[in-house]
Order: sequence, then structure tokens, then C-alpha cells
Amino acid sequence: MRKYLLKRIFYLFLTLFIVATATFFLMKLMPGTPLQNEAKLTPSEKAAILAQYGLDKPVWLQYFIYIGGIFKGSLGLSFQFSDQAVSYLIGSRMGPSMQLGGQALVVGIIFGIILGAIGAIRKDTWADRLATILSILGIAVPSFVLAILLQYYLGLKTGWFPVAGWSGFAYTLLPTLALAASPLAETARFIRTDMVDVLSSDYIELAKAKGLSKFGIVYHHALRNSLIPMVTLIGPLAAALMTGSMVVENIFSVPGIGEQFVKSILVNDYPTIMGVTIFYSALLCLLLLLTDIVYGIIDPRIRLSGNGD
Amino acid sequence: MENPENVIEVRDLEINFHTYAGEVKAIRDVSFDLHKGETLAIVGESGSGKSVTTRSLMGLLAPNAEIKKGSIMFHGEDIIKKSEKDMQHIRGKDIAMIFQDPMTSLDPTMRIGMQIAEPLMKHKGLKKKEAIAQALEMLKLVGITNPEGRINDYPYQFSGGMRQRIVIAIALVCYPEVLIADEPTTALDVTIQAQILDLMKDLQNRIDTSIIFITHDLGVVAGMADRVAVMYAGKIVEYGTVDEIFFNPQHPYTWGLINSMPTLDTASGSLQAIPGTPPDLLDPPVGDAFAARSDYAMKIDTEKEPPFFKVSDTHYAATWLLHPDAPKVTPPAEIVRRQKKFAAMQKPAAPFAKTASKE
Repeated sequence: MRKYLLKRIFYLFLTLFIVATATFFLMKLMPGTPLQNEAKLTPSEKAAILAQYGLDKPVWLQYFIYIGGIFKGSLGLSFQFSDQAVSYLIGSRMGPSMQLGGQALVVGIIFGIILGAIGAIRKDTWADRLATILSILGIAVPSFVLAILLQYYLGLKTGWFPVAGWSGFAYTLLPTLALAASPLAETARFIRTDMVDVLSSDYIELAKAKGLSKFGIVYHHALRNSLIPMVTLIGPLAAALMTGSMVVENIFSVPGIGEQFVKSILVNDYPTIMGVTIFYSALLCLLLLLTDIVYGIIDPRIRLSGNGD
Repeated sequence: MENPENVIEVRDLEINFHTYAGEVKAIRDVSFDLHKGETLAIVGESGSGKSVTTRSLMGLLAPNAEIKKGSIMFHGEDIIKKSEKDMQHIRGKDIAMIFQDPMTSLDPTMRIGMQIAEPLMKHKGLKKKEAIAQALEMLKLVGITNPEGRINDYPYQFSGGMRQRIVIAIALVCYPEVLIADEPTTALDVTIQAQILDLMKDLQNRIDTSIIFITHDLGVVAGMADRVAVMYAGKIVEYGTVDEIFFNPQHPYTWGLINSMPTLDTASGSLQAIPGTPPDLLDPPVGDAFAARSDYAMKIDTEKEPPFFKVSDTHYAATWLLHPDAPKVTPPAEIVRRQKKFAAMQKPAAPFAKTASKE
């Protein structure tokens, strides 16, 4: 188990290194410079500024300087907020993003499980079809489209929810809903397929032969067995949430990392783009690693083979 | 219920399955009794309707099944007419079931103690602690070594034979009146088979239950059953005591089954198989369903369904060969040999004749 963990952690760092490298060069391919009012600057002023930020050096040298910085534990300083450390920037904006992501994940998974279970138990009835249509919609409609629709109908037209901003729990509801749609749909689809399988297995037949009620069978036997593979889904779901959050945070003006990320791309704030990308990648890798570990803990069959490792 | 000796009386049962291809007439007019304390074996090849028959006793038919006709009397009430809710009180408590494959019939994520305790909590209203305590007793009874140490183990920590013991413990924990065993040893290797069969016989005596034993393995039947019903194409074609079926079979299908059973003194080295395949139950043949595969088929077999002819008080067979007007035929050599033994067994108190019943 320890050997396995060490191996996984090594791969985690390797992945991050590749992500950082790829992002760095892709970012350099983007048009434009970080300078905002470039046209008004004299060539000498421009050269001075570029030199101050190290942008006058060849790209490969900039790359090595940046990677060197990372190994020293520094993500560099942001361009747009005069010399704020990127790590501080991410830290200060992490709260709203994590809260939104967490809420959306919890809402999505819980209601997804319910929807999926209903679909499986009432297989081939109108309830199942309704659940299927809902999950197809949830997957097909991008979160930003849903976000705008929610904002317009539930925020602007009816006035039930605040349209945008970040000053209290009520402000989190619409963005949470917009973000939760996709994990909800994915979960529902996954649980339905899985539970249909489980419900036709021999041990469910045995549970029926014990005289357990339908609810008892689902609750005590079907649900747990369907949930175990579900754990593997949490990593990819979280990943989808992160990408979704960038645009959704922007639409609802949530002061989160995603919103900052989009802004940074628009103004070519190189260190922030790099920092957020690496941060997101690290988070995702960690989640995937955690998923595998948790999977081993909850499934007794995997637990044993893990000990032998 | 007419006969107090009967635990279950099945009458004129007809079950159809709705499929895309049409109505599959899986059970066609089946009637039988299960006596108190006996083991009734239902034998037949795959698709003959053995499992469907017994599943209807549990109210566990697939959703596309429809009971067209008939009754299943248990405790003076018709099981077919009972609601799902009422059936839940019968299943696992009065009628329990053992399944074919012990490797898949236990919940992989639940400790076995809890799995055995579940029916007790449901049917006897026991608290978890008391139920687990009784589950421990049951584990001892089915011969799990070190039950205290193993009650909290998961199914994957047991071998196939041990798992089948656990499945038996689950089935018997509420001391059911009827135990349905659906090919309980088919998935096990031969030495384990014998152990499981011994265990079932032992437990049957201890907790006084009647067993319906479904199998296609006649070797198992000989050692387990008191009575045998032979099913073919959704019908019972012959039934009688185990000796009557093994040593004085009357239906050509039963002949074929017994003839295809390898014995130590089978003269030819090759296995005897019944030629052909069972009929399509979407459109069952008129008359005797076995006629197409039978060497002894007569004209009437393709025209009219044979009724049950009485061979003895306990032995009936549905074949026109038993009709007084039917020509005398000579069954396969092995059957003739057995019938001779049977005739000898009928003579009282021949001191060494008993060995003949060991099959």
C-alpha cells in the first residue's frame, strides 16, 4: 500500500510538470501582451516594462526561470494586481469557489442518486423516462446556458433570488443550481445503469426470498452496492465542476478563482494563468488519488488485496 | 385443504411468459402435493419449468410472467391471490429458498452475520443484537468452523461450499415449513456437493421442514428425495416414490433420463443421450410433448394428450403406453434390468435386496 501511494504521488508530480510545461507554451502562443495601453507607450518605456517582468528574455529562458521558481515554491507575482503573489491571490479567492463547488457536488450527488435510483426501481415506466430526459438535459445543456436562464427567470423576472454578487447564502443558491445540474445528471445516469445491474443480481433475489420489502432491499442491499462504483465518479465530477465554475462564477460575479482565471486570461496575466492552472490540476490529481484510496476503504474486497501490496 | 398431510397443494397451474416473440407457455397444467417432512425432487432438463414452478410458490416470478390458471394452497390459502405485502410475510419465514450459485447469492458488501440475521429482524421482530446471537447459533448448525470469529467476515472471505452453508443458514434461520432448493449443489464440486447434501438432510430432520429439491442431476435425487416428479416441456410427466421412478419408470422420457445416467456397470463406454431438443413452448406440440424425441411414440401421441395412468397408489405416469389398448413395448435394456430389480424388491424381506436401492 505504501509503495503504491509513493508511486501515485510521483506520477502526480510528473503530471503537474507536464501540465505546467504545456500550459506555459500554449499561453505564450496567445496573441497580445500583458500591457494594457500598449499604443501609448514609447518603445523605450515598453522595453523597460518588459524587462522589469522578465518578458524580454527568450521564451525558453522564461520557461526555465518559471519552473525554477516553482521548485523554490513560488508561483510568481501577478501582473494585474500590482505585485500580489499569485499564491496569495488564489488563497484569498478559494473560499467562494470551494463553497460553490462543495455545495454543487453535494446537491448534485444526493439528488442524482435519488433520481437514478427512481429510474432503476421504476425501470421502463414514465418515472424512469422522466428521469432519463432530465439527465440528458443536464448533460447536454452547458452550465453557463443554464446559469443565464436561471439568472433571468429566477433572478430577474421573479425576483426570488439575487441576480448576482456574493453577500450571503442566498447569493450562492442560483450558481449552485447551475453548477449542480451536470454532476446531478451524470450521477443519475451512472446510478441508474449500475442499480439496474445490481437489482438483477442473485443476492437481490435472495434478499427478496428473505421477505424483505422493496424499500428494505433497495436501502440495505442495492444502494450500497451501486454506490461503491459511484466513488470513482466523484473525481471526474469535481473536474467538470471546476471548468464549469469558471464561467458560472463570471456570470454571477462570484469572487472566486474561476472568475479570476477568466479575467487573467483576458489581460494576459501570465503568472496568474499558470498558477491557477497548476492549482486546478493539483486539486484534480489529488481528488483522483483520494478516490482510489477511498474506494479501497469502502469495498471490503479491494481492502484485502490492498494489504498484500 | 383436503389432506392435512400436505403442506402445499398445487393444482392446474398454468404460467405464461409474455415475450417479444409471443406467449411462452412455460408451465402447462401442473399439479402436485408436497407432504409434510418429505423431500420432493423435481427433475427435468433446462427449460422444463422446474424453476418457474417453484418461483411461483414464492411469488417471485419475473414481471413478464402471468399465472393464467390454477391455485397454490398453503395453510388453506391460495398463494396466487396474495398481495406482495402478504407474500413478504411468507417468504423467508414459512417458505425459504436456496439458490444455485453461492458465489453470487450473498451480498458482497454486508457481513454474513447480518445477512443471516436479516430475516429474524424482519419476521420475528428481533433486535439486531438478539438476531446476531441467533445467527451465530445458525452458523454453528451449518458447520462453519470458528463461527464467533467468522460472523463478521464478508462473503469473499469464504469458499463456495462455505458460502452455500451460509445461504442455507439464511434460508433456515426462521425454521421455515418449506425449503425450496433450486439446484443447490450444481455450482459446487462433487466432494462439496456430498457435504452440502448431507447437511441439508441433517437439518431437515432437526428443524422438520419439507424440501422441494430442483435438480437435473439424478444422482443427487437418488440420495436425497422421498418422491420424484419428472417435468418435461412445462408438464409433470411422471411422479412416484424415488424407488418407483428409478426402478420402475414408465414414461419414455424418464427412461431416457435414467438411461443417460452413467453408472459404474454401464456396459458400453459411451454416454447415452436423449436425441433431439425440447419443443418450443411458444407453440407447444399437441399430444405428448416428448413424442417427437421418443422411439416409442405412437400415432395417438401426436393427436391427444395422455392423461395420468395409475401405476400404484403413489406412482402415476402420463403416457399412452400405459393404456390397456397400447401395444407392449420393451424399454431400453438398462430400464428392463432396473424393473427386474424393482420386482425383486417388491418381494418381502429378501435380506440382501436392499443394496439395490443404492444408486
